[in-house]
Amino acid sequence: MCQMAENKDRMVPLPSKSIVPERDVDKTPILETHHLGIDFGGLTAVDELSIAVGRTEIAGLIGPNGAGKTTVFNLLTNVYAPTRGTIMLDGKSTARKTTDQVNRMGIARTFQNIRLFGKMSVLDNVKVGLHNSINQPLVSSITRLFGYSSSEKKARDEAMELLAFFKMEDMANKEAGSLPYGAQRRLEIARALATHPGIILLDEPAAGMNPSETSELMENIRRIRDNFSIAVMLIEHDMNLVMNICEGICVLDHGRVIAKGSPEEIKSNPKVIEAYLGKKKEANRDE
Amino acid sequence: MNKLKNLSKYAATNIKCYGMVIVAFAVLYPMLQAGLISNKVSGLLIPICAYIVMAISLNLAVGFLGELSLGHAGFMSVGAFSGVITIACLNDGMPAPVKLLIAIIVGGILAGILGLVIGIPVIRLRGDYLAIVTLAFGEIIKNIINCLYIGIDDAGLHFSMKSANDLNLAGGKMILNGPQGAVGIEKISTFLAGVLLVVFALFVVLNLVNSKTGRAVTAIRDNRIAAESVGINITKYKLTAFIVSAVIAGMAGALYAMNFSTIAAKKFDFNTSILILVFVVLGGMGNIPGTIIATTLLYILPEMLRQFSDFRMLIYAVVLIAVMLATNNARLKDLRARVSAKLKTHKGLNAESGGKGDVSNG
Ligand SMILES: Nc1ncnc2c1ncn2[C@@H]1O[C@H](COP(=O)(O)OP(=O)(O)O)[C@@H](O)[C@H]1O
Ligand SMILES: [Mg+2]
Repeated sequence: MCQMAENKDRMVPLPSKSIVPERDVDKTPILETHHLGIDFGGLTAVDELSIAVGRTEIAGLIGPNGAGKTTVFNLLTNVYAPTRGTIMLDGKSTARKTTDQVNRMGIARTFQNIRLFGKMSVLDNVKVGLHNSINQPLVSSITRLFGYSSSEKKARDEAMELLAFFKMEDMANKEAGSLPYGAQRRLEIARALATHPGIILLDEPAAGMNPSETSELMENIRRIRDNFSIAVMLIEHDMNLVMNICEGICVLDHGRVIAKGSPEEIKSNPKVIEAYLGKKKEANRDE
Repeated sequence: MNKLKNLSKYAATNIKCYGMVIVAFAVLYPMLQAGLISNKVSGLLIPICAYIVMAISLNLAVGFLGELSLGHAGFMSVGAFSGVITIACLNDGMPAPVKLLIAIIVGGILAGILGLVIGIPVIRLRGDYLAIVTLAFGEIIKNIINCLYIGIDDAGLHFSMKSANDLNLAGGKMILNGPQGAVGIEKISTFLAGVLLVVFALFVVLNLVNSKTGRAVTAIRDNRIAAESVGINITKYKLTAFIVSAVIAGMAGALYAMNFSTIAAKKFDFNTSILILVFVVLGGMGNIPGTIIATTLLYILPEMLRQFSDFRMLIYAVVLIAVMLATNNARLKDLRARVSAKLKTHKGLNAESGGKGDVSNG
């Protein structure tokens, strides 16, 4: 018990109110950031971001438009190099790594504006996600010998399994760009999962979905966590979704964390209500 | 069911490509043997093969990798001249086909090494910059070979960058004579070798495109940021495709050079790079069967127009513009899409219901 308390102290020291759920507190967080910040010219897009995400946590990152949420994802995946601070993935620093290296270290993502390989088939999109787990050197690619068939079959089987997880097996041979919007979002998640990540980042996964698609998405996010035993971090404007499935939530405004905690704490936080909801109305008027 | 459909798409391209080559070979080869083909036409066969290989190679770089290379003739040039030097060094007693094979392999390897050396700095550049740098590279290769003097005698190879006299040849023979280019080449290229090289290029490129490497390359072209996000090393795969493309171009160069008794570096200039690019664009980016057809037709066309003498290139240019406009016409495209969609739904109906059945069972 004492040990546990000590661990809790050590492992999750960063936020005053940690968003790491109980079942993960005695483990290293899958993802930690320390005083992370980035400036674009004179603009400080993110500043003093210190968070920790547990190994099997569903965490939410919310905030008004332009708060810096997508920028945080771009920092975590090393699309941008941070101006300040560090990122620890599975206990290892990701400084000076490239985006593809960081993915191999265990972080996968989807994009706010869907980025599929539109001209490739649905199946091939997932196979591209499996890239680093397919053992197929250039010689066997070219000659179709030396284990080509077995490596392709293994890739195909795993890709079909992932598609089945999202009930998309029947679309396997369709062109990815021709899928309906909701299916494209699911495919992007399937492709990210194919890289065998320890944490998956979802950037506004429910954007543009109708209520029934959104509730299916919620169910899928829970299933991803339960089946693959990985962490999920999501950016979302749909408060119903966020409050329903997230165990920990971090609220950003103007690049700074204004609140952190459980859904209940966030809901009743006056700062959040004022800053976030006030802004949201403004933003909605803009749109 | 899915597997079948998937296979058939890949198989269809394969059948089209290999089918065309085999049919052309089966018709032309016996005619050639029987002497039924005029000298004028038979002289075109090997260059056509070489240009088809070049176009396949460039389609890998431009169509699949999505990088505009404007110096592809440079790789062809390196393959051509290293091939020429190779056969000059080989024992005279060696059978011609073996010599040719060795020359083609050496030409491919040297062009590949050059592809690596140039690729490392160039592949990080994007779009227009890469195009301009490859263009410059092609011109540099041309100018270097233009002032190379190489000869061979009993003591071995002699090099100079000044003049033929500086070689101090004791007997022996000149291989490369500066701006005059390679002289006294043994003409050992054959139509059969040309066809085999086309088949080899098809085999490499078609297989590559439908593999782990090919998917990575296509993914980079379609969406670079997404490809990076799923752990694909962009530089590594771009470089791989670029080098494979260079190797094939070098092989084509060796085949081409050994069809003539003399060949100069200026044959492989910017115009040639553009000519090959035209074949690729007209045949379709990433469309290998189309590339084969476009190359053949566009290579033969100016030869057929010889009777118009002065107006030849003018007519050629006009035909080219007309074909480009016709193939890019929105209405024509629309019509083609509708026709193929109709054909597809006709064929696809059964497959579709089969697919749905699978789901409800599972
Ligand atoms: N590459 C960039 N260069 C300059 N400014 C940027 C860049 N990326 C994001 N920003 C700025 O950072 C701020 C946060 O953007 P973003 O992270 O996209 O917000 P959110 O996802 O929360 O809506 C915005 O003001 C945006 O203009
Ligand atoms: Mg955003």
